[in-house]
Amino acid sequence: MAEENAIDDPMPTAPERFVLDASGLSLGAAGVVVALTEPVGEEPSPLRAFWSAFSENRGAVLGLAVVVFIALLALFAPWVAPHSPIEQFRQSVLLPPVWAGGNWTFPFGTDAVGRDVLSRLIYGARISLGIGLSVMVVSVALGIVLGLAAAFMRGIVEVVVMRVMDMVVAIPSLVLAILIVAVLGPSLSNTIIAVTVVYLPRYVRLVRAAALAELTKEYVIAAQVAGVGRLRLMFVTVLPNCLAPLIVQAALGISDAILEAAALGFLGLGAQPPTPEWGAMLADAREFIRSAPWIVTLPGLAILVTVVAINLMGDGLRDALDPKLRRS
Amino acid sequence: MSLLSIRNLSVSFATGRGPFRAVDRVDLDVAAGELVAIVGESGSGKSVAMLAVMGLLPWIATVTADRMMFDGRDLLSLSARERRRIIGRDLVMIFQEPMSSLNPCFTVGFQIREAMKAHLDLSRAQRQARAVELLELVGIPEPDRRLSAFPHQLSGGMSQRVMIAMALACKPKLIIADEPTTALDVTIQAQILDLLLKLQKESGVGLVLITHDMGVVAETAQRVCVHYAGQQVEMQDTRGLFRDPHHPYTAALLAALPERARGRLLPSIPGIVPGLADRPTGCLFSPRCGFATDTCRTVPPPRAGAELGLALCHTPLVAGVPQRREFAA
Amino acid sequence: MLNLILRRVALTVPTFVALMFVTFVAVRLVPGDPIEARTGERGIAPERLAQLRHELGLDQPVWRQFLDYIYGLLHGDFGVSIVTKTPVLHEFLILFPATLELAFCALVFAVVLGVPAGVLAAVKRGSVLDHSVMTVALAGYSMPIFWWGLLLIMFMSEYLGLTPVSGRMDLINYYFEPVTGFMLIDSLLSGQEGAFGAAAAHLVLPSIVLGTIPLAVIARMTRSSMLEVLGEDYVRTARAKGLSPLRVVGLHTLRNALIPVVTVVGLQTGTLLAGAVLTETIFAWPGVGKWLIESISRRDYPALQGGIMLISAIVILVNLIVDMLYVAINPRIRHG
Repeated sequence: MAEENAIDDPMPTAPERFVLDASGLSLGAAGVVVALTEPVGEEPSPLRAFWSAFSENRGAVLGLAVVVFIALLALFAPWVAPHSPIEQFRQSVLLPPVWAGGNWTFPFGTDAVGRDVLSRLIYGARISLGIGLSVMVVSVALGIVLGLAAAFMRGIVEVVVMRVMDMVVAIPSLVLAILIVAVLGPSLSNTIIAVTVVYLPRYVRLVRAAALAELTKEYVIAAQVAGVGRLRLMFVTVLPNCLAPLIVQAALGISDAILEAAALGFLGLGAQPPTPEWGAMLADAREFIRSAPWIVTLPGLAILVTVVAINLMGDGLRDALDPKLRRS
Repeated sequence: MSLLSIRNLSVSFATGRGPFRAVDRVDLDVAAGELVAIVGESGSGKSVAMLAVMGLLPWIATVTADRMMFDGRDLLSLSARERRRIIGRDLVMIFQEPMSSLNPCFTVGFQIREAMKAHLDLSRAQRQARAVELLELVGIPEPDRRLSAFPHQLSGGMSQRVMIAMALACKPKLIIADEPTTALDVTIQAQILDLLLKLQKESGVGLVLITHDMGVVAETAQRVCVHYAGQQVEMQDTRGLFRDPHHPYTAALLAALPERARGRLLPSIPGIVPGLADRPTGCLFSPRCGFATDTCRTVPPPRAGAELGLALCHTPLVAGVPQRREFAA
Repeated sequence: MLNLILRRVALTVPTFVALMFVTFVAVRLVPGDPIEARTGERGIAPERLAQLRHELGLDQPVWRQFLDYIYGLLHGDFGVSIVTKTPVLHEFLILFPATLELAFCALVFAVVLGVPAGVLAAVKRGSVLDHSVMTVALAGYSMPIFWWGLLLIMFMSEYLGLTPVSGRMDLINYYFEPVTGFMLIDSLLSGQEGAFGAAAAHLVLPSIVLGTIPLAVIARMTRSSMLEVLGEDYVRTARAKGLSPLRVVGLHTLRNALIPVVTVVGLQTGTLLAGAVLTETIFAWPGVGKWLIESISRRDYPALQGGIMLISAIVILVNLIVDMLYVAINPRIRHG
């Protein structure tokens, strides 16, 4: 059935073609399939097809624009920020922002020890995005390795990996993160480790499920028949076909990681003072709810806007890459 | 006076690439107790036309008609609430997929009694008694027990019997059966069809049978409408249609019946029904028609008279020979 | 059916064992000496130190401590808090009703708003209402709830003065002995005028804060599930019977659409308990979440260990119950 499809179908879907191309590098049956599935007419490149699907979604484009803007701010923080994030201007403590009677030296006002809120927010973007990206990269990499291992080796490897993941899932995410940080000590790098552990099961389960589904398909069998080695089969033949849901999960995972890290920061278990981490800034601001609402409002708004933008982008990615997942 | 009378019914769907006309100026008359068949390939708009009559199309569909009368009432001018009093009581529909047409969360009995509860003034006990009676009528053994079964516990044929029982619950005047046997096993198909015909004959209910099976049509219907690409290309009484089809499409359909094949190869109609993108400018059948002329390819065909089966054709066939008509130019 | 239940129950056993092992090991690794943390005195006399370590079982080899721990767990002994000297289970049970009350109210808030919002959005697909619901859901889903809590306190309590800032009860005006541990019930039982209102007022903001993320998840899930079911053949059948839209949507569609939603609601338990840690910290709510955070700073190993064990056990059990419930509301599996 599927073999016939591969030959008859003049326009195989993008991921299918991806793999056929890859396994075409090897010999035998797979190579024949490649020749037969060569698209006849002009077809837009996968990247262009993806972009046209993605850009149809206005929310996703807006999200992308905001994410790019914040990323640029974070990247060029030393040039963009008006002040140092940790310099204390003792003569202007708790200065309100410019729209509430402040002055342009400190557009978003100053905090309780006279640090410029705007500069702290801009540098905070570095930290939050940095945490989000690091967590995403590490957990995707580990997720791929563990998930593929569980799918390909089965037996004891699978049982151990999946049971450990079950256990991690059973502990409420923040509680587990707190436990890990309590063990390792509160710091930025330990925050990354804790959040990575908490979100790892998602990636492992996703990769394993996707790989198991792919393993039953004919092209994998064809590649095996053609004598493709196990590692090549895992990473070159099967993995590209599991990428679509993984990319979507990775994008949405960044926003979850940012939220989780901010929560740890808020509880005093994440970045330590005077690091301008958004969650920690909120924790410092708690006692000034009455007197200086802006130092409470602004860092939270920064978190919210960043997370909403990433989620919008992730939803757009999902719709463009993986119509099957189009559920919510 | 006919029970159902439709003139110039059109349905179009809003799609990403502009409106798509799924049903194009279709007429239909069904007298009380009559059995009319609508035949056509998949995508010829026959189901959509009947869903429009029932008012069951999604909101992206636009329905227009000069007339849509049922039992002396104008379906077009009725409010949704008034229409719901007719739908499910006097005018009912049986669908193609019996397995997915029953709600998996409710028992068979609940779903049969529900229609009665909505339309009839019966007590709970009376509804239950009627439900048992109905299941007996459609030939389901142990009706008492089956009433408390869930749909997934029934086979396809059994589900379709339940659907028929449900349709009959309020003693309707007209049943629209949309390919009621297509999704079933071949062995079950004949049973279900026989059941439907028997019940139709016994109760004198009108029946519109949508099908793509010419053999079924020959055995059952009094009149036949042939649909092609959303248009009604011919309408005749069954005997006339089989003896002397006037539209080339009807002729080709009949020629494709295994019983009529003379050579060793079964004749087939080349090509496929035109879609949204490749709609011809003239006659919609012209790309696949053996008799097509330049006129056919450029000018939409007129409708012939009743003596020529209301054929939508420039050159309707008589005894298999195309007749050039004077006004065609 | 019974088989299915037993298999699901059996599957949780290895998870529990792994959980015990990991909490035990992790808690051993926490830096800092618990005795030092407790007494606050450095340079404590060696004999006194040895005596204290012996009392707490800290002089035993680690494997022995682990076996003792498992033995204790199996006998309902979750250890004794180093700080308060009371059994962890006892302490947990005193605090848990507060968390349960909060989580329950949050879930009610989320379901009561989320399900109708999702249904309306699906029925009016593409409308302004649909877009508004989805936008609010996106914001809720992306909300840093600790900030959301601060904002609400700032606006509702400080600015408008509508709700109390923190705690479970107005202890200056009302005092009564806890009976059930649930403030809403106890305040009614106390018979003191206004007590129930005060208890409810204290619950409003924390419930909203804790319920925000589940609300967003439930609304999104309900909407997508409804959209899927609205396209099913049996919904068309129901409409073909001439049933009212209310009955078609509210009964035939919703009944099926809710099956995946119930699962999602159930799986929010973990989210709720995790969120409770933050919510309780913000509102000084005396529940297990706040207690857990305080145990860390007090280096109260057994409390931390027992607390995490108990919370995780609750999550596992609730997920198990959700599985059963899923079977119960889905006749296809029930009779499968």
